[in-house]
Amino acid sequence: MALLALFSSATFAFEEGLALSESSWEEKAEWIETLSKDTTDEAEQILQHWVGGNLFYWPAENRLVAGTKEGRKYELREIIGGLVINVVKRKAVKKIKVNNKLRRQIKQALAYRSLSSPDASKRLKAITELKRKPDYSLLQTLLRLEVANPDLTTARDLRTLVGLVYLESSKSTEQIEGIKRLTGNLSSEAKEGLSRLLLREDLTSDVRALGQRTIKDIEKKLLYWGHAQNIVFGVSLGSILLLAAVGLAITFGVMGVINMAHGEFIMLGAYTTFVVQQIIPGNSATALLVSIPAAFMIAGAAGILLEKSVIRHLYGRPLETLLATVGVSLLLQQMVRSIFGPLNQAVTSPEILSGSFVVNAAFAITYNRVFVIIFAALVIVGLWLLMYRTSFGVRLRAVTMNRGMAASMGIRSQRMDALAFGLGSGVAGIAGVAISQLTNVGPNLGQAYIVDSFMVVVFGGVGNLFGTAIAAIGLGVATKIVEPIIGAVLAKIVILIFIILFIQRRPRGLFALRGRSVEE
Amino acid sequence: MLSTLSIKKRFAALSLVTSLLTLNSVSAADSIKVGVLHSLSGTMAISETTLKDTVLMMIDKQNEAGGLLGKQLEAVVVDPASNWPLFAEKTRELLEKEQVDVIFGCWTSVSRKSVLPVIEELNGLLFYPVQYEGEESSKNVFYTGAAPNQQAIPAVDYLIGELGAERFVLAGTDYVYPRTTNKILENYLKDLGVDDSDIMINYTPFGHSDWQTIVSDIKAFGSAGKKTAVVSTINGDANVPFYKELGNQGISAEDIPVIAFSVGEEELSGFDTGPLVGHLAAWNYFMSAEADINDEFIETWHQFTGDEGRVTNDPMEATYIGFEMWVKAVEKAGTTDVDSVRPALYGTAVPNLTGGTAVMHTNHHLQKPVLIGEILEDGQFEIVSATAGEVIGDAWTNFLPDSAKIIADWTSPVSCGNYNLETQQCSGQNF
Repeated sequence: MALLALFSSATFAFEEGLALSESSWEEKAEWIETLSKDTTDEAEQILQHWVGGNLFYWPAENRLVAGTKEGRKYELREIIGGLVINVVKRKAVKKIKVNNKLRRQIKQALAYRSLSSPDASKRLKAITELKRKPDYSLLQTLLRLEVANPDLTTARDLRTLVGLVYLESSKSTEQIEGIKRLTGNLSSEAKEGLSRLLLREDLTSDVRALGQRTIKDIEKKLLYWGHAQNIVFGVSLGSILLLAAVGLAITFGVMGVINMAHGEFIMLGAYTTFVVQQIIPGNSATALLVSIPAAFMIAGAAGILLEKSVIRHLYGRPLETLLATVGVSLLLQQMVRSIFGPLNQAVTSPEILSGSFVVNAAFAITYNRVFVIIFAALVIVGLWLLMYRTSFGVRLRAVTMNRGMAASMGIRSQRMDALAFGLGSGVAGIAGVAISQLTNVGPNLGQAYIVDSFMVVVFGGVGNLFGTAIAAIGLGVATKIVEPIIGAVLAKIVILIFIILFIQRRPRGLFALRGRSVEE
Repeated sequence: MLSTLSIKKRFAALSLVTSLLTLNSVSAADSIKVGVLHSLSGTMAISETTLKDTVLMMIDKQNEAGGLLGKQLEAVVVDPASNWPLFAEKTRELLEKEQVDVIFGCWTSVSRKSVLPVIEELNGLLFYPVQYEGEESSKNVFYTGAAPNQQAIPAVDYLIGELGAERFVLAGTDYVYPRTTNKILENYLKDLGVDDSDIMINYTPFGHSDWQTIVSDIKAFGSAGKKTAVVSTINGDANVPFYKELGNQGISAEDIPVIAFSVGEEELSGFDTGPLVGHLAAWNYFMSAEADINDEFIETWHQFTGDEGRVTNDPMEATYIGFEMWVKAVEKAGTTDVDSVRPALYGTAVPNLTGGTAVMHTNHHLQKPVLIGEILEDGQFEIVSATAGEVIGDAWTNFLPDSAKIIADWTSPVSCGNYNLETQQCSGQNF
């Protein structure tokens, strides 16, 4: 390895390819070390391709090349410039492998290079990367950068990074400087850096005391923010419950039909999202927007069909309805399994929905959750307007409350039944679109939501949209409060027991409403 | 007149049917029946359907090569529908009514446990192709998947040795396999000197989809100044939202790597794998293994399914090994009789798909290599580590005090799946 220092980087790709392809992980780490000290563009490009898994050794010409997979073959390019050289079979090239540890090492090396990049976003990225593994040897460079850096967006992150680097020092004055810089910093890197410092044996008592005080303070704040975050998690879980249950609130709550196939309408909505995404490839945001009306229509049509063919003949016979819809649920599952196969389908999330909305280092909520919360709110407001501000809503509620009277007023009650059932199923389809963004899309998707949906509707009070909303959010938050204390499995059980006891005392749920379902 | 004709007609029809039946039973005697006991509907269909297809492919291949003992193989496929008690009933049907000579089947441990009493009562032969928690060795079952020492233990060794992990989250779905595996791992880690406070154990229900709190707990647990890794025995469907949440909360594989025991190529084909790059899995086989025999197997699989996009995975390799071993043993014994095939299986060696050799041991477990793979962008795995040699499957783990003194050996003088070395006695139960 002493020879390494001798090679000239301009010929690296030609001379060291074979050795690199046959080296062990430890040797590879030493190569990276050498390459990272090399300031040439070639060294940087090699590292870039390597970390991306695109660096190959090509025995035919005995050199390193960049490669991308094209079907079952590989397209080879020059390391610099990216000129296409050749297309070869898999076995004609040997991949220069990378593992977790090396990936971190290369990323650090690349980050160090772009610290002084003129592009502020690149600098920020570099600082974020370097924070993950602070290195004391960077101190002087960073201090110089801090003095020279006029730009506010990276200043705060740079301050944290310098603090973290100070912590790695062996001088107690520098360690104290580091602790001071990190006081009140809620990021997980700060907490980790301080914990790492306190694990060391060679600390002076002042440093230890100051460190412990600082970390205690941070932990206290973290606890506070953690509770806040947990409430938001609960609201987000609640909005999923709400989306899943609100369709049922119409079919079961308003019409009194026990529809065990409700979960499968959610599944139909999720599969619609998948299909739409296949039709509009490449633009998942548009596909998602198109999926919403498409899922509503498909699930709604399936609902109307179910109502006209099965449920219509079973009104007033809840047991038969239940059995028939269980059958329909199995039928739909197997149908989807036959068409799409038993495997889960990959639904990609649009770029804008990945990542988090960061309030501070301890409080962040992922964008897809934000999407679901807003979406659920829109759906419930939309439904409320439909039920209470349109003539359709008036007629629907009239049929619900007194079928005979409504019919004698000229309302076609059978048609209303079909439409209401279609509406409930369509809303379930929309829920499927939202759920496809959070979890897997498979034939069993609906099964996971059916029990929870009934729970929410019964708890909220049969026949009451507002009650359903309150119940869903309430159950979501309650689950999230209980879960960290007793674990996810017990939390589910505790919530279920709570609902059973609650229903014993108030059989009509939180907000009881008078209607057909109540009278029967 | 009319009625006599119709009677005659009926008689003709009846005799036709009878002759067809006898013809059928003649052909049945000339074929060897292979039972396939995998769920084709219900929750487990997602994983098990592939294995049914694998067995059918192997049977096709064997028949093309001239069958076995001069007879054709005939598949008898039943659907236990992910319903555990139904597994027992279908086993009985296969053995009593269909008189199959061997069964390939089961995925979950609970389905295997439900099959055990029946297969032992009727002296059948079952090849079980999935990694499992060990602590079992039945006379009538051959375990071609990994025992804990062939998957979980080497995985943790990799985390400690290669990635320098010092703090561990053991996350699993709440059922027998994760619970037993985590119990073994907890003991193993403590033996290695890992402190109680550096181990976090978490269980979630089947199909858990809301991972926000747990992932943020893992994040907090991981910021204590020591390298943290997650050992995941999370099952099937719950993995998608789990990995999605990890990605969304900004936890990359370099920060907190997750090593999974139930996530393979097949499971990943339903994922958007972008955010997963660098997370790990431990198996005995990866589709990306570089060996000619593997290329050939993948080629045959694509031809059989007519789909170039279909992936292969570890339980498929285990099915392949089991099938090849059974064929070899039948040829050696010259009969499909279970009591002759069973001893013939001991020591049988067949090439595995990663380029080595799998050998069946007398504890009914295999000797196989253990591979660690990192997830790549395209849903395949990069093999980043392989054990130096093949590891012999240990039916009873050495890392639980109660099991350490128990061995399984189905040859004399022990002839027992549950032999206590201290009391020098067989527990009496058959498995």
